[in-house]
Amino acid sequence: MYLCDMKVGNKAIVKKIVANDNIKRRLLDIGLIEGTNVECVLKSPFNDPKAYLIRGAIIAIRKEDCDKIEVDII
Amino acid sequence: MKIIALAGNPNVGKSTVFNSLTGLHQHTGNWPGKTVSNASGTFKYNNKDYKIYDLPGTYSLISHSEEEEVARDFICFNKYDLVIVVCDAVCLERNLNLVLQTLEITKKVIVCVNLMDEAKKKKINIDLTKLSNILGVPVVGTSARNKNGINELLNNLENTNFNPFEIKYYDKVEEAIDILLPYLKDKTKDLNPRWVAINLINYEESLYKKITNYLNYDLLKDKIIKNQLIYIKEEGNYNVVDSLIKKSEEIAKKVVTYENKNYKQKDLKIDKITTSKLFGIPLIITLLMVIFWLTIKGANYPSELLFQFFSYLEIHILNFLEFLKFPQFLINLLISGVYKVLTWVVAVMLPPMAIFFPLFTLLEDLGYLPRIAFNLDKMFKKCCACGKQALTMCMGFGCNAVGVSGARIIDSPRERLIAILTNVFVPCNGRFPTMITLITIFFVGINGSSFLSVIILTLVILLGFLLTFLVSYILSKTILKGVPSSFTLELPPYRKPQVGKVIIRSIFDRTLFVLSRAVIVAVPAGALIWLLANLHINDISLLNHISSFLDPFGKLIGMDGVILISFILGFPANEIVIPIMLMTYMATGNLVEYESLESLRSILVNNGWTVTTAICVLIFSLCHFPCSTTCLTIKKETGSLKWTLLAIIIPTLIGIILCFLISNISNFI
Repeated sequence: MYLCDMKVGNKAIVKKIVANDNIKRRLLDIGLIEGTNVECVLKSPFNDPKAYLIRGAIIAIRKEDCDKIEVDII
Repeated sequence: MKIIALAGNPNVGKSTVFNSLTGLHQHTGNWPGKTVSNASGTFKYNNKDYKIYDLPGTYSLISHSEEEEVARDFICFNKYDLVIVVCDAVCLERNLNLVLQTLEITKKVIVCVNLMDEAKKKKINIDLTKLSNILGVPVVGTSARNKNGINELLNNLENTNFNPFEIKYYDKVEEAIDILLPYLKDKTKDLNPRWVAINLINYEESLYKKITNYLNYDLLKDKIIKNQLIYIKEEGNYNVVDSLIKKSEEIAKKVVTYENKNYKQKDLKIDKITTSKLFGIPLIITLLMVIFWLTIKGANYPSELLFQFFSYLEIHILNFLEFLKFPQFLINLLISGVYKVLTWVVAVMLPPMAIFFPLFTLLEDLGYLPRIAFNLDKMFKKCCACGKQALTMCMGFGCNAVGVSGARIIDSPRERLIAILTNVFVPCNGRFPTMITLITIFFVGINGSSFLSVIILTLVILLGFLLTFLVSYILSKTILKGVPSSFTLELPPYRKPQVGKVIIRSIFDRTLFVLSRAVIVAVPAGALIWLLANLHINDISLLNHISSFLDPFGKLIGMDGVILISFILGFPANEIVIPIMLMTYMATGNLVEYESLESLRSILVNNGWTVTTAICVLIFSLCHFPCSTTCLTIKKETGSLKWTLLAIIIPTLIGIILCFLISNISNFI
């Protein structure tokens, strides 16, 4: 499963990140690396972007930027 | 004098800490233009002088936006005695990342854990002593908004108890550092060689260039170093930042305890509504309408009072000038020219601004604006633009120049340009009075319902939004081709706005700022227009010559020469478009006093205005060249004349086309 496929309320652990440097750097900024706990908490009125609880902060990420981030639902 | 740098993530109350230390007035928030200019201040404590620099908010020192680069370069290469890293107590773990990165560069760090009051409310406990022991540098807890902890922070400024722990990376990275260190030792000047080694291993071009510049020596051209790096790189990929994030997590686990694991729930409950399918978008429109309604409703009466006061004052000034035996020509210039335009600007602008800005600042303080960006992002993505453009548009409501410089929050240069070029489609505070006045006079009647005015105004603004999306889309498909770049947006917790401070701040920082700008241009503009109206060639005034020259074109697009020249002369500030118009009409024969909307209406109607004219002026006021301040800002931000010209041409052309269509369709009907 990928991060962008998570439903509001789902909790997961990041398994693998495939992303270009630009996105990767941004993900590092918010502390999203392999092994990080995430929870999908909101989706916008048009379903995209969704917002995730990551290390105590709520961060909105677009589908395109997280459709290659593999997660394991817990 | 000791130099202090103040660093921290965006939205952690860094500016508030800065204000409490220096006592200087400054706006809080991560809007660029507020902190990007590296605001600095001085203060005295215990008879020692300090100079403090407020760096732009940044998540990490591996930068990707201009703002972050400012902060990074300062911490990496400037001379200072101390860095205070401000952290958010509610979200300490992520903030520690920046602390650890800073500790790589310098030992002289004080960690200021701010927003302790909010953490307490959310039942988050932070063991500051333990944190200090782990990090090996002083740690101070503050609630800068209530000035709590600031004294302790001041007391720690001379604390030289720096004994920072060294971050251990993966074994492989550590081995690589050990290999490089001996070769770097005497080549890194006063930069920390270990930090330089890490940055060679974790190569990032822009930072590397800066290091080369600073050292005046290209380390990678050094054969031995280069060979060592090639040898190291063969071993595989080294991720340095990963280790910092893991370390932060580890530290946070040791010092932070949550009494209530679900502390986010209250905010999330609100967000579930504010971002829902059903309410998300309607709420944005409703809030806009409420703000406009309060502004229009509340501004009417004070405006009327100001008009009365100024015309009462006019008689006395006139008498006084005559008493001083001023030449009649000068008296006319000063009273009919300068004074009339000046007082018009104040009477029309001050009341709505004094209401609009505080209301808007309240929304900003509350933390609602990022939710707007979140809700609308998909539409921006469809136009290949950035959701943060919604934020720059919000700033544009206040002042387009602020919106343009605000576009710095958008990292991708392409998307930033789109935001800059389209910002003018959001009517700024200088244009609201014109719009509201015209709507009141021509569409709802002077005693009509202000609710109807609001609906019409909102429709005009929605048209502006539509044009923004349309132009963004066309730009993305033509001269600014590209795909949307990656985008992350933090939705910060809602914070209870400090109403009193908001009012004071928005009146002083925004209202008076914008008003004084308008007043400064109103004075020469008033004089110029009066001269144009009163200098004659062949018995016809210059103004008349120009306006009759423009008249055919004006008529073609549903307006007239006078309106066009008013827009052109209003280039320094859109606020003065209507007064110029009136003065020109009055100078051409129909001399009427304009004390009330009633007389304003009769002046316009007597000069051939119809409802179509009013619609065209409304539309043209929404779509025409940005004011001079905005143009200068665009030039400064883009560094290019070409983009500045485009920013002028695009909206003007659209305005002309729309007005042409409207006037021809209405002729047809």
